[in-house]
Amino acid sequence: MSVAVDSTIDARGSACPGPTMELIKAMKSSAVGTVVEVLSSDKMTTVDGAAWLKKVGQELVETSDKGGYWSIIAKKIK
Amino acid sequence: MPKRIVIIGGGAGGTITANLLARNLYRQLVSGHVVINMITDKAEHVYQPGFLYVVFDKVRPDEIVRKQKDLLDQHINLFVDPAVKIDKENKIVRTQSGKEFPYDYLVIATGSRIVPEDIPGLKEGGHWFYDMEGAKKLRQALKDFSGGRIAITVGVPHKCPVAPLEMTFMLYDYFKQKEMLDKVELFYTYPINRLHSLEPVANWAVPEFEKKGIKSETFFNMEEIDAEKKVVRSMEGSELNYDLLIAVPPHKGAPVVAESGLGKDGWIATDKKTLHNEGSDNVYVVGDTTNLPISKAGSTAHFESHIVAERLSSEITEGYSETLYDGKVICFVETSFDEATYIWFNYKTPPTPAPPSKMVHWMKLGYNRLYWLSAKGIL
Ligand SMILES: Cc1cc2nc3c(=O)[nH]c(=O)nc-3n(C[C@H](O)[C@H](O)[C@H](O)COP(=O)(O)OP(=O)(O)OC[C@H]3O[C@@H](n4cnc5c(N)ncnc54)[C@H](O)[C@@H]3O)c2cc1C
Repeated sequence: MSVAVDSTIDARGSACPGPTMELIKAMKSSAVGTVVEVLSSDKMTTVDGAAWLKKVGQELVETSDKGGYWSIIAKKIK
Repeated sequence: MPKRIVIIGGGAGGTITANLLARNLYRQLVSGHVVINMITDKAEHVYQPGFLYVVFDKVRPDEIVRKQKDLLDQHINLFVDPAVKIDKENKIVRTQSGKEFPYDYLVIATGSRIVPEDIPGLKEGGHWFYDMEGAKKLRQALKDFSGGRIAITVGVPHKCPVAPLEMTFMLYDYFKQKEMLDKVELFYTYPINRLHSLEPVANWAVPEFEKKGIKSETFFNMEEIDAEKKVVRSMEGSELNYDLLIAVPPHKGAPVVAESGLGKDGWIATDKKTLHNEGSDNVYVVGDTTNLPISKAGSTAHFESHIVAERLSSEITEGYSETLYDGKVICFVETSFDEATYIWFNYKTPPTPAPPSKMVHWMKLGYNRLYWLSAKGIL
């Protein structure tokens, strides 16, 4: 991984509230500059999470296929 | 020297755990080999799911409150004296009155609380039903409501993820019964890009909303409320006008957790299977205050309590424990005033809701009364 992640939330197997909600929670409660990673067993988290980050103007650092699960990394820029 | 178990928090999780422990360790308690001390901050225990029914005058406030002392096994020592410091290094809990409670095993079950103050304008401009005072005020506001748009907004994180949808469907029935549907517009919003976290529930809700004329906007996270203009602004940049705002405020854990350095915003790092506070084999975490990515719900607290009580009992009497939590959660979902469904899931199995029925609704109403048996560790 090229970026240093400040905190990783392992939301694999989380049906409810689910990984996208975990990403929103983490971004809301983090300080500007924080890099957050969410792990999910649902590929759609990378799509939904990316769409939300775009809507709120936060930075999508990367999404990746980890083989059996997915990772989305975001940075709080404002 | 007896083994001392301290439980902080006399809500759903703490009470069930304490009573199950008292049952499993009856002999040790009677002989003085084990002592259970419960520290809580209120003399009364409130059945929180009842707030939903208080709003619609289907349950009176008194019916969902019991004395905490009456719910606890007589061998448990109850102290109504808020914990102000959890000192893991010295294995002591300090309370507001200055008492110190040394422990061999600690169970933290301090729950979650609403923080409407985290959304500017919400206290001034919004209603909620996540505490008794809010539920009573909302009941009055609905009684006085003569028409217009009711906006439903949802903060992150929050407990009982199905409550916002239940509220919306019950509002529909409430105004239908009052023959006011032509005067009322229900506008539901949700933080992620579907109507509910659980995809099957979200998919089921879409045609229901269409049928009932309930409007919605997803990817809507409250940022601030302009109470004067009656507008909610979202982080995503949209604005929603309202005549009555019903919000699920965002939540945090208990202040004592953050102040003791046990977790940001009061969420405690918890092992998803053993329910240990990560790195501390003698500290367990139960209920809403865990940082686990699962629903903050009474049923979660209930199932976790069983795991923690089994584990602690075995550790004390057998020297080890093998019981693990599988992430089990069950939630009833009220879909109207007279039908409901339920969902069941765990870490490995996603939920598949059954079609709503009257039978499940009656079960839910029954459970609302049977909860007290659950709290006592009987059900
Ligand atoms: C409107 C509404 C509807 C709901 N509907 C459902 C539902 O249908 N199904 C479901 O499963 N769940 C539902 N819930 C959620 C459920 O009530 C909670 O998830 C559950 O109570 C969590 O249990 P807990 O023990 O973690 O926390 P709580 O039950 O909140 O207990 C925490 C306890 O800790 C005490 N405490 C806090 N700080 C301190 C301190 N410093 N010292 C000592 N004590 C302290 C508190 O006073 C409280 O007694 C609903 C909740 C609401 C608000």
